[in-house]
Amino acid sequence: MTVTTDSVRSALEQDTIESHLNPVGSFDVADHPVPTGREEIWRFSPLKRLKGLHADAPFDRSTTSCTWNTPEGVRIEGVSGDEARSLRGISGLVPNTRFAARVLAEVPASLVVDVPADLEVAEPIVISLDGKDASTTEAGHVAMRFGAHSKAVVVINHEGSSAMAAVVEIVVGDGADVTVVSIQDWADDAVHLAHHQARVGRDATYKHAAVSFGGDVVRMDANVTYDGPGGSAELLGLYFADAGQHIEHRLFADHNAPHTKSNVVYKGALQGEGAHTVWIGNVLIRKVAEGIETYEENRNLVLTDGCRADSVPNLEIETGEIEGAGHASATARFDDEQLFYLQSRGVSEKEAQRLVVHGFFNDLIRQVGVPSIEDRLLTTVEAELAKNVLQDLAAFGRES
Amino acid sequence: MSKLVITDLHVTVDTEDGPKEILKGVTLTINDGETHAIMGPNGSGKSTLAYSIAGHPKYTITGGTVTLDGQDVLSLSVDERARAGLFLAMQYPVEVPGVSVSNFLRTAKTALDGEAPKLRTWVKDVNAALEQLNLDPSFGTRSVNEGFSGGEKKRHEIAQLELLDPKVAVLDETDSGLDIDALKVVSEGVNRFRAREGKGVLLITHYTRILRYIEPDFVHVFVDGKVAESGGKELAEQLEANGYDKYVKANA
Repeated sequence: MTVTTDSVRSALEQDTIESHLNPVGSFDVADHPVPTGREEIWRFSPLKRLKGLHADAPFDRSTTSCTWNTPEGVRIEGVSGDEARSLRGISGLVPNTRFAARVLAEVPASLVVDVPADLEVAEPIVISLDGKDASTTEAGHVAMRFGAHSKAVVVINHEGSSAMAAVVEIVVGDGADVTVVSIQDWADDAVHLAHHQARVGRDATYKHAAVSFGGDVVRMDANVTYDGPGGSAELLGLYFADAGQHIEHRLFADHNAPHTKSNVVYKGALQGEGAHTVWIGNVLIRKVAEGIETYEENRNLVLTDGCRADSVPNLEIETGEIEGAGHASATARFDDEQLFYLQSRGVSEKEAQRLVVHGFFNDLIRQVGVPSIEDRLLTTVEAELAKNVLQDLAAFGRES
Repeated sequence: MSKLVITDLHVTVDTEDGPKEILKGVTLTINDGETHAIMGPNGSGKSTLAYSIAGHPKYTITGGTVTLDGQDVLSLSVDERARAGLFLAMQYPVEVPGVSVSNFLRTAKTALDGEAPKLRTWVKDVNAALEQLNLDPSFGTRSVNEGFSGGEKKRHEIAQLELLDPKVAVLDETDSGLDIDALKVVSEGVNRFRAREGKGVLLITHYTRILRYIEPDFVHVFVDGKVAESGGKELAEQLEANGYDKYVKANA
């Protein structure tokens, strides 16, 4: 390749072009004023219900227990002091929110997950967080490092009552194959502000799956950048919002290297008065990112009146030299024709609705690709449906 | 026993200009074991008749009755009609993503019988039904109608007909869009169903072609929302030769 003025310029510009949707961050908490709700990145979030986690809630006391299994060859432990400090920002994260900056600056300890190079971990690493009290606020930092050509699945499981700000940093080594699943199966009073940031190595495969069922407010940013060409990221999400719940998922695939891929699929269902879901899918294709491929999709199924689903795909393209870029967003009620078809085969209306919702989520659950949690996710979908769609069935006895 | 009686059926559909009458007094009786063909030009209301019998919410019944073995069909919900013994093979079967054919068939059979089918015989029955319609056994794992070719959709409808075993089947243009081989396979499926004791068939079609493979007992010419003429299968031969012109002109 000959060096032209253009290519030099684009190389220089790579670090200077900023996305207006994703303002340049800072580690300094003072650079992040307390959000007012008017900011682009906060305008959908119910700040009053965040228990101050977005502002200055104390991070000093934890009531949430944290347990995990340790497959052979893997290191998982809580660290503090210099080691904890050295882990802040390892994913390339430069905070663009006050809560993320505060977590990095103020939380004294980190949970570190180290999977050495070339190790293929057969069983999923399961980190269980179980909250006891949502009236105290707390924060946590998790750092995961997956060595080159390693292969592992990590499931972070959130249950119980908690008001938590969390930053999870993930470094996927070259050629590694990593799946991180985060399940938000909180109790009704939980508040969860989370930022997951991953740096995907050269030719590595990264899959992130966010599954949000419980909690009063769950807001998660799941971001990806690349540490070389050939990396591939799949960002999956499944959520089910009930009456009064706010579930917000924000994605950012920052294509900062050539020949990288991102594929985003988020599906949600909403039921009950005041159920609110937000999906923001941001993709930035930087000038240097030639030959990339990206697709993002969000589908929402509105099961009852009184729900609100916001769905905003954003695509910023700095180069036209790409393989493909696209997005899709759809929010709809039950399809009458689908229900009619199923009912015309003798299936009751409620059972038909149940089938359609299962079908809606089935493919996605299979895509998550972690067999040990597939059944649980299907069961949870069933339990969510039982709260509303199937309540008539429960009341009147099973229809034949 | 299976006797479907349609008496003076009037049906409207909502349009931007208010309700429009599509069926204008349809009277038709399908006795035990009989096959009736309904033939008519496009827009004559043939499909409306099929969907109205099945209970599609788009159509409003403004007059008349439909009974199956004496039971008032029109007061039943869509699924209750199916459980009473009605089956509609649709012209455009609907995709249900993420729901596998085998799950769908088992759920439908369970709903119709009030109990789950015995696993061993059921799997055998499903595989046999699929095979007879030239559908690969792997078909069962595919999502209902999703990505099916036109022919696969129609063959899947007839596989359901054989497995769900209703009293009366309404086939809405099952022949449309099929090549001759697929038409034969589908017709054989319908004929196997007809060979069972006392099954009624209402076969709606635009073309006479399918009647070479499924021989009707009666043929009705359907024009402008009602039966314009009824006869034996010779009526189909006249239509083949002369088309619908005579009826459409008389009507105009």
